[in-house]
Amino acid sequence: MPLLRIEGVAKSFGNFRAVDTFSLDIRAGEFFALLGPSGCGKTTLLRMLAGFETPDEGRILLGGNDIAHVLPHERPVNMMFQNYALFPHLSVRDNIAFGLRRAGMPRAEIATRVAEMVALVRLEGMEKRKPDQLSGGQRQRVALARSLARRPQVLLLDEPLAALDKKLRESTQGELMELQRRLGMTFIIVTHDQEEAMTMAGRIGVMDAGRLVQVATPRNLYEAPATRWIAGFVGDINLFDGQVIASGHSRLTVSTAEAGTLTVSELWPPVTKNVVSVAIRPEKVKLSRRAPANGEGDAQTINRLDGVVADVNYLGGVTTYKVRLESGAILRASMANTARLDVDAYLAGQRVVAWFTADDCLVLEQ
Amino acid sequence: MARPVTSITRFNMTALALGLAFLYLPIVILVIYSFNASRLVTVWGGWSLRWYQEFFNDRAMLEAAWMSLSVAAVSATLATLLGTLAAIGLARGERFHGRALFSGMLYSPLVMPEVISGLSLLLMFVAFSIERGFWTVTIAHTTLTMCFVTVVVQSRLVTLDRSLEEAAMDLGCDPVRAFLLVTLPQIAPAIVAGWMLAFVLSLDDVVIASFTTGPGSATLPIRIYSEVRLGVKPEINAICTLVIALIAVIIVVASFASKLSNARGENAAPL
Repeated sequence: MPLLRIEGVAKSFGNFRAVDTFSLDIRAGEFFALLGPSGCGKTTLLRMLAGFETPDEGRILLGGNDIAHVLPHERPVNMMFQNYALFPHLSVRDNIAFGLRRAGMPRAEIATRVAEMVALVRLEGMEKRKPDQLSGGQRQRVALARSLARRPQVLLLDEPLAALDKKLRESTQGELMELQRRLGMTFIIVTHDQEEAMTMAGRIGVMDAGRLVQVATPRNLYEAPATRWIAGFVGDINLFDGQVIASGHSRLTVSTAEAGTLTVSELWPPVTKNVVSVAIRPEKVKLSRRAPANGEGDAQTINRLDGVVADVNYLGGVTTYKVRLESGAILRASMANTARLDVDAYLAGQRVVAWFTADDCLVLEQ
Repeated sequence: MARPVTSITRFNMTALALGLAFLYLPIVILVIYSFNASRLVTVWGGWSLRWYQEFFNDRAMLEAAWMSLSVAAVSATLATLLGTLAAIGLARGERFHGRALFSGMLYSPLVMPEVISGLSLLLMFVAFSIERGFWTVTIAHTTLTMCFVTVVVQSRLVTLDRSLEEAAMDLGCDPVRAFLLVTLPQIAPAIVAGWMLAFVLSLDDVVIASFTTGPGSATLPIRIYSEVRLGVKPEINAICTLVIALIAVIIVVASFASKLSNARGENAAPL
């Protein structure tokens, strides 16, 4: 039995179906991320878990009890708000103690718990400050401490890092993961930032237009997206539409207008339609000045495409290239800058061979 | 493009001085003449506090002043209570049927000629044969000033971050406690400012009070008005000076309260 089971939950606002027959199981102690573009219904779903919205249909089972219609203050669930929602008239200590006082915890115990929380988020010495005397990162930590203080069965985090700058966000991601591991608590985070979701979560649920379209580990989500839409949403990808002209030996031969005939490995479950897209991530595309020798991998499974470098973008760690193929289509490739000197860099206008193996390709139904 | 702040030119200074003189010269004259030793209002007879002494010995005037202050205090308190509840209903309530009509009706005393409000209240009190006195004036002033409180409190409520209340509920407050523990402290300065506004409005109202008051319960403005009709005594100047001083203090306090309220509003805003 999972800790949290969401069963066929739906919610409409007027004619707009914000969440549409959504089902998901979340295990105890899991760090789960709900990922989706803005307006996909992820925040509405989170608000239904917190109790600020009631679902029109379906059940939300927490430890076997349906909490779909339980009021927010009676749920063993706490939420960390996107804008933190710290009480401006209360000090850091009183903000953290707020939920404990409402629970009727004895004074001495509250003091101990608050001290523990303050230490947990490293805010020692700040207890008497008001929220407006804190930096953005400190406020974020107060909000976290306040939502953790009641030791909820599930902690909901609504875009918890969106208001922080990049450096702080990265270090806070690490802290959140460390905290979740240490407390063994169940975290559900909502984010539109795929990198954030991939870094922190054990599993990611991708939402689109109110529906859950795929639940997978970060690696599977990236390497085996279920649909064309997810492939394009998570990370960068090259997509070539075509038709299957031959299959066998777990290989498909696909004829595409833009990239010629490509050989790709067949995935499980096998494609059932003839009209497909071949997808290849830019970092799986290798560039070389000459066609790779047959000794390099199995010659049968290598796809070679001739082209001209159209655009070079140096980004520090990687360089991205746009290669114009003979058909005129653009193939994006990215290469790690493993050497400090530009011995293996390509220049715009240079003729190159772009190649990738059959295993690095994905076949997606259109 | 924002222009840099220019220094005060001679033209600006003159305009400012004329404007202020237009607004405050009559009041300044009134205040100066309240310290006049002469019996005649328009003839200067040297400095004196005689008319203040006269006022503090004038039982009828003192009673009217006391009446005015208690009407203002009670009606401001009632108006603040009702006005705040109306503001909460309008700012926080679900979109109930007739919401637009309700808010329109709520704000009608803002634009309604006072004579009409006063007359209609008088007719109602007569129709229900309610004896006119302290309570009828108080009720009338409550209906007049309530909408001002609503405007002040509602404008604060709509800028308040809704997630504060949700956070309180998330942390174990039922909706009522969430309001009392989190929302109320945030809007308290606006409520104080609303109370003071209602108090001042009640204190200087003549029209509605003259319709709804009864024998033996004249408010200070009515008392002053009836005295002046028999000829202006310098004592009136003294009373008016005291009222001006009181109102000035209240306005200063109220503006500090609303400044505090705005400052809190900024702090509560998301990053």
